[in-house]
Amino acid sequence: MNNRNSNISKAFWAKLFITPVLFFAFAFAMVPLYDIFCEITGLNGKTSSATYAAETRTIDTSRKVTVDFTSFSNPGFPVKFYPMVKKLEVIPGKLYTMTYYAENRSDTKIVGQAIPSVAPGLAASYFKKLECFCFNQQTFEPKVPIEMPVRFFVDSDLDKNIKNITLSYNFLKVKNVTKEVAKL
Amino acid sequence: MSTTTTDLQDEIEKIDGHDSHDDHHHGPEPGLLRWVKTTNHKDIGTLYIWFAFSMLLIGGAFAMVIRAELFQPGLQLVEPQFFNQMTTLHGLIMVFGAIMPAFVGLANWQIPLMIGAKDMALPRMNNWSFWILPFAGTMLLSTLFMQGGGPAFGWTFYAPLSTTFAPESTDFFIFAVHMLGFSSIMGAINVIATILNMRAPDMKLMDMPLFVWTWLITAFLLIAAMPVLAGAVTMMLTDRNFGTSFFDASGGGDPVMFQHIFWFFGHPEVYIMILPAFGIVSQIIPTFARKPLFGYSSMVYATAAIALLSFVVWGHHMFLVGMPIAGQLYFMYATILISVPTGVKVFNWVTTMWRGSLSFETPMLWAVAFVILFTIGGLSGLMLGIAPADIQYHDTYFVVAHFHYVLVTGALFSIIAAVFYWLPMWCGRMYNEKLAVIHFWWAIISVNVLFFPQHFLGLAGMPRRIPDYSLQFADFNMISSIGGFAFGLSFIMLTYIIVDCIRNGKPVEGGRAWESARGLEWTQGEKAQYHSFDTPPSRATILAESSHISHEGQH
Ligand code: HEM
Ligand SMILES: [Cu+2]
Repeated sequence: MNNRNSNISKAFWAKLFITPVLFFAFAFAMVPLYDIFCEITGLNGKTSSATYAAETRTIDTSRKVTVDFTSFSNPGFPVKFYPMVKKLEVIPGKLYTMTYYAENRSDTKIVGQAIPSVAPGLAASYFKKLECFCFNQQTFEPKVPIEMPVRFFVDSDLDKNIKNITLSYNFLKVKNVTKEVAKL
Repeated sequence: MSTTTTDLQDEIEKIDGHDSHDDHHHGPEPGLLRWVKTTNHKDIGTLYIWFAFSMLLIGGAFAMVIRAELFQPGLQLVEPQFFNQMTTLHGLIMVFGAIMPAFVGLANWQIPLMIGAKDMALPRMNNWSFWILPFAGTMLLSTLFMQGGGPAFGWTFYAPLSTTFAPESTDFFIFAVHMLGFSSIMGAINVIATILNMRAPDMKLMDMPLFVWTWLITAFLLIAAMPVLAGAVTMMLTDRNFGTSFFDASGGGDPVMFQHIFWFFGHPEVYIMILPAFGIVSQIIPTFARKPLFGYSSMVYATAAIALLSFVVWGHHMFLVGMPIAGQLYFMYATILISVPTGVKVFNWVTTMWRGSLSFETPMLWAVAFVILFTIGGLSGLMLGIAPADIQYHDTYFVVAHFHYVLVTGALFSIIAAVFYWLPMWCGRMYNEKLAVIHFWWAIISVNVLFFPQHFLGLAGMPRRIPDYSLQFADFNMISSIGGFAFGLSFIMLTYIIVDCIRNGKPVEGGRAWESARGLEWTQGEKAQYHSFDTPPSRATILAESSHISHEGQH
């Protein structure tokens, strides 16, 4: 064929076919990237899963923040689950403990994982948990009620305009039971 | 075949497994097998366009079911679950079965002709790209007859609706999307290789007609966006069948992530469906304004700018997922930024027409309608792009009105314009102008009766994808449905006009169908021969045929 420009190299052909493959891989790379992005920026209301040393707090007595607690069990998760206190006025920087109540209403053992979420999203990275039942999978024996504590403080660096924070937990049945829990 | 074959050309020959000796200088093979085995770009272009047309009719039939159900409030004709299958398959079939293949068909026919090339760069792969489609389309449609019904989760197939709560047939849907994706990616690779590799040696990049430019940029969008879609459906597949939890919160996944991945593909996808339309209109308007295209290089840069920006605005589809204010602001400003290059284009089309010797043959009518109606769609897009306003508009009929203005009166109208513009050259015959003008006015009026009231419905709060509605929406829905039936009927007339042209049209005489048309595609005789450009066009021909440089004082 005499009207082909022959200035296209083999490398170009290779690029042409590799580009789609790379973008296919990129779709999967978005999964960890998305988590890292949310973790760094605190967007999406994802609270950090790191535990905090208690010493790093400064207490700001000049204001109070209202924390609302809510709970939600996914359909098909037969555990009754709710906060023992619905609302708490907290002083930023001070440590608080509150408890969630849970009872497995079914006849079989259930392993669940709580997913925390904080609204507004901007407050997520200032809501710090020292101890939480959401750090591990929880095992619910049939008909045994349990109380699960959350120890937390609201960082005093929280934007002054935010006067109300909602902490919500969503309990889900676990698909992949971790090894330690499975042994119990 | 030239004797100056270089190593590289051998390589290419090997890649496409295509021996150019045996289909040279003779016409098509007789019989039906010609269409199965063909590697000729014109044959493949024809196949694509007929396939797209049949999908358009099927997708249109689904739309008729939707509009019939919505004619009156209450549930009358179909079950809600079936209604949802109709909206889902209507969207999927129109996007992946009609609009995209139609543009690929036009690319197949026109790109080699417009750059003075003999054929596409990879003719054998071209054959595969096409022949995957009928199988994918059939598989997608067959889900309707499976137990549990077809996909009913919307063309955007958000998880967990499409994973945990989806019917069994969803795996067939996933496989069909994989195949469609493969076809598009191969088609796009072919287009890039053809444009960069097969151009007449004397044609510089900035000599290329705008249709070729817009398709080159679209092809890059395709090879970047379609694999991401393939990734999304692959994750769905493994979530559904192999115990992964990409989108399942109980396994540590996140359903909102589905939306990020989908729209990372989805927004470039909407530009994949509009950039070639920009190219078509930029070819037609100069012909019937008898003036070179105004602002050619700004058109090229605007297209490239739109393409790049289209990868960073996906969040405007997700303003309501609980995005922080910083994200909303970013996506809002980035979205509004896209209207700048889009505005440049509209300005250039209008300026091309300004003080031109305008005439309004059918292709021009459709092109002008495109400019006006696409702009309406762009304006409603701007409204949707304003994050605080979108709280009210999101998931209402306002969004439906928006994307039908850009996709029906935008993408589809440009395709109809292109068919009327180039059909006389494809088959050497002229269509019936009088019927075509009647058809145009019929379609243009009915399409506005169909979609304009949907703006009002949306503003008043009518949600999309719901088979029933409250009484205050009744009047506008009835008007919209009447417009819908009339618009549907117009396609019967369109079919007649086209078949009549191919069968009985008056042969084109005296050179080219449009006396003022410029472009290499018009230099190959009244009817395009099975093989064109055995010798590449000279620099002088390329310049003389340019539709974007001034030819004044040359006669
Ligand atoms: C001026 C440029 C445009 C802007 C600013 C714009 C903006 C938007 C926004 C903000 C939405 C989301 C609305 C919502 O769900 O609440 C949207 C939806 C949509 N747009 Fe556009 N758009 C533009 C052009 C286009 C074009 C050219 C096309 C296609 C050819 C298109 C196709 C769509 C589609 C299909 C949807 C609906 C997706 C769905 O099903 O949810 N848009 N647009
Ligand atoms: Cu978009």
